[in-house]
Amino acid sequence: MLLEGKTGKWEIICGLEIHCQIISKSKIFSSASTHYGSDTNQNVSFVDAGMPGMLPTLNEECVKQAVKTGLGLRAQINKYSEFSRKNYFYADLPQGYQITQFVHPIVGEGVVTIDLDDGTTKDIRIERLHIEQDAAKSIHDMSPTKSFIDLNRCGIGLMEIVTKPDFRSPEEAGAFLKKLRSIVRYLGTCDGNMNEGSMRCDASISIRPLGEKELRPRAEIKNVNSVKFAMQAIEFEAKRQLELYENGGTMEQETCRFDAATGTTKFMRKKEFANDYRYFPEPDLPPLVLTDEYIENIRKELPELPDAKKTRFVENMGLTKYDATIICENKEVADFFEKAAAGHDGKKVANWLMGDFFAMLNRKNLTIENSPVSAENLGKLVGLIENNTISGKVAKDVFEIMSETGENPEKIVEEKGLKQVTDSSAIEAIVDQVIAANPDNVTAFRNGKTNLKGWFVGQVLKESKGKANPQIVNELLDKKL
Amino acid sequence: MSVDTQTVKKIAFLSHLKIDDDKIDTVGAEFNKIISWVEQLNEANTDNVEPLVSVNDTKLTLRKDEVVEGNQADKILKNAPAAEYDYFVVPKVVE
Amino acid sequence: MSDITKLTISQTLEGLKNKQFSATELTKAYLQDMEAKRNLNAYVLETPEQALAQAKVADTNYANGTPRTLEGIPLGIKDIFCTKDVRTTACSHILDGFVPQYESTVTSKLFNDGAICLGKLNMDEFAMGGSNENSFYGPVVNPWHEERNLVPGGSSGGSAAAVAANICAAATGTDTGGSIRQPAAFCGVTGIKPTYGRCSRYGIMAFASSLDQAGPIAKDVKDCAILLQSMSGYDPKDSTSVNKEVPNFTSFIGQSVKGLKIGIPAEYRPQGLNQEIADYWDKGIEILKQAGAEIVNISLPNTKYALAAYYIIAPAEASSNLARYDGARYGLRIDGKNLDEMYTNSRTSGFGAEVKRRIMIGTYVLSAGYYDAYYLKAQKVRRLIQNDFVEAFKKCDIILTPTSPLAAFPIGDKTMRESPINMWLNDVFTVSVNLAGLPGMSLPIGLSKDGLPFGLQLIGRSFDEETIFKTAAIIEQEAKFERLK
Repeated sequence: MLLEGKTGKWEIICGLEIHCQIISKSKIFSSASTHYGSDTNQNVSFVDAGMPGMLPTLNEECVKQAVKTGLGLRAQINKYSEFSRKNYFYADLPQGYQITQFVHPIVGEGVVTIDLDDGTTKDIRIERLHIEQDAAKSIHDMSPTKSFIDLNRCGIGLMEIVTKPDFRSPEEAGAFLKKLRSIVRYLGTCDGNMNEGSMRCDASISIRPLGEKELRPRAEIKNVNSVKFAMQAIEFEAKRQLELYENGGTMEQETCRFDAATGTTKFMRKKEFANDYRYFPEPDLPPLVLTDEYIENIRKELPELPDAKKTRFVENMGLTKYDATIICENKEVADFFEKAAAGHDGKKVANWLMGDFFAMLNRKNLTIENSPVSAENLGKLVGLIENNTISGKVAKDVFEIMSETGENPEKIVEEKGLKQVTDSSAIEAIVDQVIAANPDNVTAFRNGKTNLKGWFVGQVLKESKGKANPQIVNELLDKKL
Repeated sequence: MSVDTQTVKKIAFLSHLKIDDDKIDTVGAEFNKIISWVEQLNEANTDNVEPLVSVNDTKLTLRKDEVVEGNQADKILKNAPAAEYDYFVVPKVVE
Repeated sequence: MSDITKLTISQTLEGLKNKQFSATELTKAYLQDMEAKRNLNAYVLETPEQALAQAKVADTNYANGTPRTLEGIPLGIKDIFCTKDVRTTACSHILDGFVPQYESTVTSKLFNDGAICLGKLNMDEFAMGGSNENSFYGPVVNPWHEERNLVPGGSSGGSAAAVAANICAAATGTDTGGSIRQPAAFCGVTGIKPTYGRCSRYGIMAFASSLDQAGPIAKDVKDCAILLQSMSGYDPKDSTSVNKEVPNFTSFIGQSVKGLKIGIPAEYRPQGLNQEIADYWDKGIEILKQAGAEIVNISLPNTKYALAAYYIIAPAEASSNLARYDGARYGLRIDGKNLDEMYTNSRTSGFGAEVKRRIMIGTYVLSAGYYDAYYLKAQKVRRLIQNDFVEAFKKCDIILTPTSPLAAFPIGDKTMRESPINMWLNDVFTVSVNLAGLPGMSLPIGLSKDGLPFGLQLIGRSFDEETIFKTAAIIEQEAKFERLK
């Protein structure tokens, strides 16, 4: 996407930093629980509270999850990594420093392929992934003079994923966030819930006249908590900068935040007021050294990731790229699809899934996990159409019943007597009846009004209460008219 | 390298320590003496020398992912200068 | 003053086992002597109730014939070790009234082995200092020539003074740049800083994490071995503690040093070294030579950079370690209009001058634009210093040096007050050992002409405290240093 300015075309340059809360039972440097929604200050160890003399110990699960995610990002896993302290005073940082990785992160460069709406793909380069501790979450609006500190979130493991400045439009950034969320969910390393804050995004945005080589100063937007907001924020900020430049203004590197209520970015501080974090190697934790064997064992355990699944669905199950992309975005949907499609025509199952089935979930405000229609039953329904037991039209009625009762479609068809009539003598009787009852139309048809054929088919199907096999009806009409 | 008053103030700010205006020159002078004293290190040839990070060359051992500590808000808050509803209470944070 | 308080740990254990006195009698004797010696200001908190309760348990265990290795031994604990439900402040105003809800690994090992806690010992605030004058609770008086008001050394000044004055059987200390060895030398007692990683740092308030080690200060070499045995061992709660088997330290006492190579570093005999100290160093050399050891001249060429490297690395780590003291969750709070003001007010009031000085230096050397020139440079020099020792230990098995370039000086000494650097120069012989992570011991060798103790330092290979104990026992036996009675 290019910005159309008064002075010409401008290009957006954007990079993202995403914080993903690691799924683990205990915190990254302490053995307190990561459980969400516990009572105030109950998931807190003496380490988390920054008590004197307390020392961090690294959770093996957080290391494993980071390596897994790194492999999912097709990234370099660094066998040697180090922890560092990032020093600053903050209410939510009891130690007065955050333990993070600085010079030697656990994961290096990688790549994520994003799917764009026009059906094309683009590779986004990953700069690094490192692990660190989350801050606490305080309450500042309970009193005009006091802040209230709850350390439950303090010390939960985070993966910070940094991209190269490869995004040229808000859409690309949005597609990346969706893809990343999909990857971490497939891997089970982060639940990806941006609205609950378990995945948070910072975006750096600058613009430049198309063709200019130098990068201009950027604005960093902190803590955007949905894909939609991230796209809005980037678009707003890019346009703001465009207006600034075209009115003769200049940019300085700055930090801002996104205001969801107005869809605008709000200035926070200039770069020169940024903190001096005084990073240095964490003396309480020796370097982390991983072996090839360790990394390979994790690689072997990796589940099939969305891109691989998509290719397989296109190549082996007859899906279009578009359908496969949508179905594979969510692992639960992909699994549901695969179960439903077992032994059936994949494309037909996909049509049902993305049509009536999703519409039903939307209408009932349900997720796929608690759908009344099971994957097996959706598959059976398609099977009944495939073997001509019911017509597509009857199938829609059967599906309605299934979504109310959750019943097996075979049983519904049996009980309600909805089986398609394929006995041509029975259908012939109806055809004869319809011809006899409508002599005017028969004459008109025979005089060249051939488009009345459809009308005859409809009449026959109506008389059969939809059970007549439309193909046989057609054949008989052709013969008799 | 000489440390100016502005730098001393910045260091105090980063350290969250207050230096009274009338003391800033004394503190700065002493600071400068110390800094120029440690600068004798510049004589040491450290070309191609790796910085020492871990004195024993130990590698990090990892902890099992088990919840062992928790449900002790009383102990966590025991020494708190101010606490309400199991929260630590501090003067309001201003951005 | 009681007689039983003058006994060493090994003698005391004999006495308890043979029922010459009970743990309760012993503890009461110590508590009485502590009261009589309050003028020394060695203890910042006495814990008589806990001590007597522990003594009662000890007596029961002796009666049942099931005493543990340190059953009934009354110890003083440096106030930097967090002790559960017992106020711990690192002698800083900023930790006013702080009562830990957890126990340090080292003290819990000692108490699990039957030791008794008499109270918390005075120290330089957050272990920063070499004279114990930086304590919020005031200076400690060296028990040698009390009337002369000399410093006991530091930072474990309360520990060394209490051991020398027989108001504890032994004490815990910590050593970041000499804080066990230098006060041990000043007070005529014995102290060992083990190899970095030998003892767990869990529950010890951190000064400089990559340098800090706990160790004992005791009346003699054997007592140090007995205590270090209990204090040592891998702790999963401290990722820098090392998973290595702990040898039986006492078994090395009394072994011969015949053929042992003793390294004498030329750099530790600078121009103008105090003649008495040089003479005592020679005496130590002579003792070992007589015992059949071989004397080897070695060089530790980067020694001259050790102090500067130390005074960059230690403050850098300290500036970060002490960031948690902010008035929010424990300790002193001086209120302010907003959170930042409260932080600054609390820290400005709560920290003493030396601690603030080091926080500022540490902040400076880590700050943007200076990191490479100072901190990174110092870490590289630290590597050079470690390499010096690696090379030296190819030629010798153990190194003998003086502990300190001078003996105890008066509290409030003018030269020391003039500049912090003058005070820091006293650490010249001790800091290298911390930078290289090696074990080092100080033991008394004799008295100066005006009656003040001097110490000699033994430096061992990494995780070779055994050779130190073996060698120290020989020197101790021949030096016949007389402890205060």
